[in-house]
Amino acid sequence: MSVNKKEIVHLAKLSNLYLSEEEIEKYAKDLTEIIDFASMINSVNTDEINETIAANENFNVFRKDQVIPSMDRNLLLQNAPSQDDGMFRIPKVLN
Amino acid sequence: MSLLDYEVIIGLEVHCELSTKTKIYCSCPTTFGAEPNTQCCPICMAMPGTLPVLNEKVVEYAVKAGLATNCKIARNSKSDRKNYFYPDLPKAYQISQFDLPLCYDGFINIETDEGEKTIGITRIHIEEDAGKLNHDEFGRGTFVDLNRAGVPLIEVVSEPDLRSKEEAESYLRKLKSIFEYIGISDCKMQEGSLRADVNVSVRKKGSAKFGTRTEMKNMNSFRSISRAIEYEANRQIEVIENGGIIEQETLRWDDISGKTFSMRDKEEAQDYRYFPEPDLAAIKLSDEYIENIKKSLPELPESRKKRYLLDMNLTEKAAKFVTDSKYFSNLFEEASSICNNPKAVSNWIMSDIARILNEREEEPEDIRFSGKELGELVSLIDKGTISSAIAKKILEEMFENPENPSKIIEKKGWVQISDENAIKEIVNKILEANPQSIIDYKAGKDKALGFLVGQAMKETKGKANPQILNKLFLEGILGDNSVK
Repeated sequence: MSVNKKEIVHLAKLSNLYLSEEEIEKYAKDLTEIIDFASMINSVNTDEINETIAANENFNVFRKDQVIPSMDRNLLLQNAPSQDDGMFRIPKVLN
Repeated sequence: MSLLDYEVIIGLEVHCELSTKTKIYCSCPTTFGAEPNTQCCPICMAMPGTLPVLNEKVVEYAVKAGLATNCKIARNSKSDRKNYFYPDLPKAYQISQFDLPLCYDGFINIETDEGEKTIGITRIHIEEDAGKLNHDEFGRGTFVDLNRAGVPLIEVVSEPDLRSKEEAESYLRKLKSIFEYIGISDCKMQEGSLRADVNVSVRKKGSAKFGTRTEMKNMNSFRSISRAIEYEANRQIEVIENGGIIEQETLRWDDISGKTFSMRDKEEAQDYRYFPEPDLAAIKLSDEYIENIKKSLPELPESRKKRYLLDMNLTEKAAKFVTDSKYFSNLFEEASSICNNPKAVSNWIMSDIARILNEREEEPEDIRFSGKELGELVSLIDKGTISSAIAKKILEEMFENPENPSKIIEKKGWVQISDENAIKEIVNKILEANPQSIIDYKAGKDKALGFLVGQAMKETKGKANPQILNKLFLEGILGDNSVK
């Protein structure tokens, strides 16, 4: 399977990445190789194997609905590049 | 071609915040209205290395919602990542459910002008709410509050079975009422704990194919939803009539102008790249678990309504009105058990209580007195201790300062005057002052009696027993020995 340049541009956009023409070419080639590598698993015969819905074999790992006090706000915000009124301040976002 | 040649198709995706004590994947509290970012931890903030752990109550509440809406419950379910960039979501993905929701294939019945109608529920899944972005009006940027990030939600997706704005409203009200009854959410629309994405399309009547739909997100009042549906359906019909085509897109409803607008950043088709959430284990539910939740469900509005119709002799209208809200219904049941007069209780709820709530811009859940007090109020009228005019004043007072009606009467000196001699004195005084009313009444103008009774009520500040007043006035007008 090959990944074309159009798909790379689309993926880059979804990932908020800005790629140069050379990078697009390179990633198209790299991603094709990665997918080809991963596709090897398709050759395994799974007829006798039950369908799994998660990679992890655990299930029902739950927590009780009991409050643990939240963290101090100053600590949480200490690495924020910009803050105001106890909130993260970020460049204006349009609706 | 006119509007009448078209059919409107509506589907709702209802988001409902669950009233758990803690968030869905961490132990932070979920209280509404806290100071920004004070109900957060490194998990809410998506700090590197943090791991979510599912709140067991969220699963229980979602299964409750599913059972109460006739859904099938998945024995195997899992969580998935929905990827998108928006600063209200610090992980850059929302943990939701994609192909294996907890509940599916359900329905609820709604009332329409043409009778009962069944609306299909495609699925109910669990997910996390996002944070809140505060847009600064002075252009200093956007301020991010993550208290709401991670608050548990269920999303209830309906089939496109709704055909009018009235049906959409009826469906949403029914859903809200069911969720209130089973106690999984406070469903406060003004606080955003119940909100809906509305999908609208139109098609020519008789056509089997659906038209292209548009979606309006995050609507949180019945009124806006209803207006938005009407506007959007008409807009689509106009586009089609003028030979245009409807584009599938997300629209923003503007409540002030009453119009929908295309969202600016829509050039990218939705591509959430869902994949199984590797940080969370699968959910496996046993028949026993589901059966236990089924047993714990309280009586639902439909069953209560039937009981009110059959056992308590309420009218269809009254039974519906009272059961629409769990709070009304509980108030009604408690009050009726005390005064043994369900009809009177339902009348008070439908008329004066609904009116006062409306005036105060409050919801049934804001009522601070209990059914005990309301029941006592009705008993006091039934026993003749107070007139209904006084009762209305007491009710107003109960909204202000919730207290026992007897206490209010005592404090305010509002006991009904039932002493015939005392009332007779007033009656005579009023008859003397209004000879024309006597003539009018004798001439067949029944209204004159009402006028005289009104005068007496004014004189006694509403305290005179109206039955006695009526009787004495009639004696006074018709008998010859009375005006002395």
